[in-house]
Amino acid sequence: MGTMLSVRDLHVSYGAIKAIKGISFDVNEGEIVTLIGANGAGKTTTLHAISRLLHAESGEIEFCGHSLTHMEAYKIIKLGLTQVPEGRRVFANLTVQQNLEMGAYTRTDGPDAIAADYEMVFERLPRLKERRRQTAGTLSGGEQQMLAIGRALMCRPKMLLLDEPSMGLSPLLVQEIFHIIQDINKDGVTVLLVEQNAKKALEIANRAYVLETGTIAMSGNAQELANDPKVRAAYLGG
Amino acid sequence: MEFLSNLVNGISLGSVYAVIALGYTMVYGIARMLNFAHGDIIMVGGYICFIVMTSLGLPSIVGILAAVVVCTILGITIERVAYKPLRSAPSLAVLITAIGVSYLLQNLALLIWGSDPKSFTSVVSMEPLRLFDGSLVITGETIVTIVVSAIIMAALTLFVNRTKVGHAMLAVSEDKGAAQLMGINVNATISLTFAIGSALAAVAGVLLCSAQPSLLPTTGAMPGIKAFVAAVFGGIGSIPGAMIGGVLLGIIEILSKYYISSQISDAIVFAVLIVVLLVRPAGILGKQIREKV
Ligand SMILES: Nc1ncnc2c1ncn2[C@@H]1O[C@H](COP(=O)(O)OP(=O)(O)O)[C@@H](O)[C@H]1O
Ligand SMILES: [Mg+2]
Repeated sequence: MGTMLSVRDLHVSYGAIKAIKGISFDVNEGEIVTLIGANGAGKTTTLHAISRLLHAESGEIEFCGHSLTHMEAYKIIKLGLTQVPEGRRVFANLTVQQNLEMGAYTRTDGPDAIAADYEMVFERLPRLKERRRQTAGTLSGGEQQMLAIGRALMCRPKMLLLDEPSMGLSPLLVQEIFHIIQDINKDGVTVLLVEQNAKKALEIANRAYVLETGTIAMSGNAQELANDPKVRAAYLGG
Repeated sequence: MEFLSNLVNGISLGSVYAVIALGYTMVYGIARMLNFAHGDIIMVGGYICFIVMTSLGLPSIVGILAAVVVCTILGITIERVAYKPLRSAPSLAVLITAIGVSYLLQNLALLIWGSDPKSFTSVVSMEPLRLFDGSLVITGETIVTIVVSAIIMAALTLFVNRTKVGHAMLAVSEDKGAAQLMGINVNATISLTFAIGSALAAVAGVLLCSAQPSLLPTTGAMPGIKAFVAAVFGGIGSIPGAMIGGVLLGIIEILSKYYISSQISDAIVFAVLIVVLLVRPAGILGKQIREKV
């Protein structure tokens, strides 16, 4: 299992505000790695820097041997890396089906292969199937989250970046979403999961990094971190 | 009969406004800017067609194609040179730049073609249509304008709603970041939008000049503003809104010119806009801004 994503000494600023102050971490092929941290710790900023929606001040980002450091954002998906962004960000005026089509936007393997993957997504996320002609804006929060995941799967990713997929969802739906993430990972997709819901994230992850105000405070095996008194006090409610 | 004739003329004028308004609304939807130089592209289209037909003596179809090609290139170039460097600048800076580009185009036209009006030869050679024993006469220009505009609107609607690239344009207009995550090249999409808008403006220019044959460097200014009003009227950013807004505006303009006063018809057009915006601030088909949780 080689390193799939490696981030080295990443610095990201918003003007004078330093949001990420030199973090380094790796995600290996086949893993679920979680990046946990409180609101404002810099989790989204980190994912945006990897996806190049934000331009890092300095540092190196490498995915499957390709440097992302100066890559244009829209080219990254072709390498097999995509993001399910915070707040879902589905295209509200497009239908469910059209959102999935956008996930497959860069694919060149023909309409049959893409059609087969629509079915794959509908099988994995059956709630979407009956709503395929509905505009995404009319879906519930949970359904939108599923659509955002389905849309990302349509590019046949090697690795998914997930930004707080449990945000704003009922406990039952959170459970369902986390099961879906585990299933996707079992089928061979590497996952970097960003969560404020540290308890859930540590349950399904292999390894974890704890982000505190732009620096990595702790890292290690997810189960061990879940039992660490400091982590328990700060993130798991004692 | 007189009402019917006015209505047809209103629809004809309005459908040109609609075609121009599409350029405004699409550029706004995708690039989130008001391209006030859009109207002057109409004028450039008119001059290019005029030169090819009158100075070079080539057939009208060559003139139309030349106008479309030149305006498309011009539109893409203006975006690259003037607007792209301001992508993350405050919107006021972009607005002022657009007004600057508008004056630049008008003054360049003045420099190249002078201030004397050119008399444009209509590209339409169709005989007027006489209905009801000749009591209703519809000119060839009116008919061609309505037909061409209707075809353009239908084609654009199909393109945006039925093709992958069209869906990508809608995606970019909603969320540029998410669109990039899908692998959509936002810069290329913005260029495409300017290309389409400018090509449509060229066609509108030829149609307008065929109906009102006097061509000046300021020819595009008023139709440009009216089309902008039409786009806001219909709901800026909305494609069907621009079409409805354009046609309604044309009808209101012609009817108020005929039945109320030709001097204040423009004022009436703007008054209607104000009333509509008081009732529906986002325009007829505009999305009322709301957040969904
Ligand atoms: N667009 C922005 N402009 C300025 N500061 C920002 C912006 N986005 C985020 N920040 C700041 O950067 C820090 C990290 O934010 P973020 O990455 O969104 O945190 P998280 O995703 O962990 O909640 C916070 O202090 C936040 O206030
Ligand atoms: Mg966040």
